[in-house]
Amino acid sequence: MAGETRRWTDQVVEVWIGNLLRAGVILSAGVVLFGACVYLVRHGHELPHYRVFVGTPKDLRTVSGIWRNVLAFRGQGLIQLGLLLLIATPVARVAFSVVAFAVERDRLYVAVTLLVLAILTYSLMGGRL
Amino acid sequence: MNIVEFSLLVWVASVLAGFLGSLTGLGGGIIITPVLTLALGVDIRYAIGASLVSVIATSSGAAAAYVREGFSNIRIGMFLEIATTLGALGGALLATKMPTSAISIIFGLALLYSAYASSRPRPKPPGDCVPNPLATRLKMNSVYPTSDGPVGYCPQAVPAGFSLMFGAGVLSGLLGIGSGAVKVIAMDQAMRLPFKVSTTTSNFMIGVTAAASAGVYMSRGYINPGLAMPVMLGVVSGSLVGARLLAEAKTKWLRIVFGVVIAIMAFEMIYHGVTGRL
Repeated sequence: MAGETRRWTDQVVEVWIGNLLRAGVILSAGVVLFGACVYLVRHGHELPHYRVFVGTPKDLRTVSGIWRNVLAFRGQGLIQLGLLLLIATPVARVAFSVVAFAVERDRLYVAVTLLVLAILTYSLMGGRL
Repeated sequence: MNIVEFSLLVWVASVLAGFLGSLTGLGGGIIITPVLTLALGVDIRYAIGASLVSVIATSSGAAAAYVREGFSNIRIGMFLEIATTLGALGGALLATKMPTSAISIIFGLALLYSAYASSRPRPKPPGDCVPNPLATRLKMNSVYPTSDGPVGYCPQAVPAGFSLMFGAGVLSGLLGIGSGAVKVIAMDQAMRLPFKVSTTTSNFMIGVTAAASAGVYMSRGYINPGLAMPVMLGVVSGSLVGARLLAEAKTKWLRIVFGVVIAIMAFEMIYHGVTGRL
């Protein structure tokens, strides 16, 4: 019976998380689309330059830099914000799972999930050694 | 060709990639990089950055549909995420050090493997099983719904599955792909999970794995807004349409055609890598 309850709780939590993820994707796609309009109207006539790798401009690589570009209403900044939101959705899922396992008093999996969250956080800080 | 025309072209290609990727179960990410590099001359580092973003989008977008069916095992997924996120972090750091010609060759080999793996029949779901002590301690034994009611399953060979998942993570971080093919092998063949459980759990893991390399890609300038924008929007719309059609489509001939296309692209990637033209 305990197993049945666990299964049921897992299922309810999973459906919640699934909807959360879909909302995250829709939101980020909306922000990217909006940024795309701004970007294409202003820079659409220019020539693309992806043949040679120089890397994305420095101020579009960090959260603070991207935020400055968003406040300045630059298309590329808005697109990067949408992409950041997208990257955040699976991270939010993992964070949400920590809470779900804690509610189920599953200490082993709270620890497992926290470890995954720590690795993700480390990467999002840029993965510098 | 100006930016508007280029974006439109990339968007159309990405819609097709997302559509075919979701119909065949290979994912859109694995074909968008060859298309960008071979057909449009994009540097492979920008291409894998854009592809990785689209991988996160398709995984998260499909999750809602998958969980409702009740197949995915969140404990198995989360435990194996330790291996895939560590691998992805290592793979992404490796990608920043490795010459692009080597990345291109490895990409070609990964493409060939995916085409081969998707053409093989999936193993039969295991019947009665003996619970594995380690899997039991990790609370991985569970049940999944079938037409005859819930059926139990007990995962085997956890260390082998964990190691394979680390490899899947490295490939994902190195090439900006979901590496669903390797994940499914780890769960189907090594851990002996029923394939519906392994497919849905693998989808859940792909997004988290990709997020682990995304931070490194972002800080190293691989994620370019002008390129990632049409790729992400295209793959998302294509895979949404593909997922709608999945139930009624006859995917067998589609898989064969797609497999041939992938094999051709794989040889092109390897050839370009060897001759150093990328």
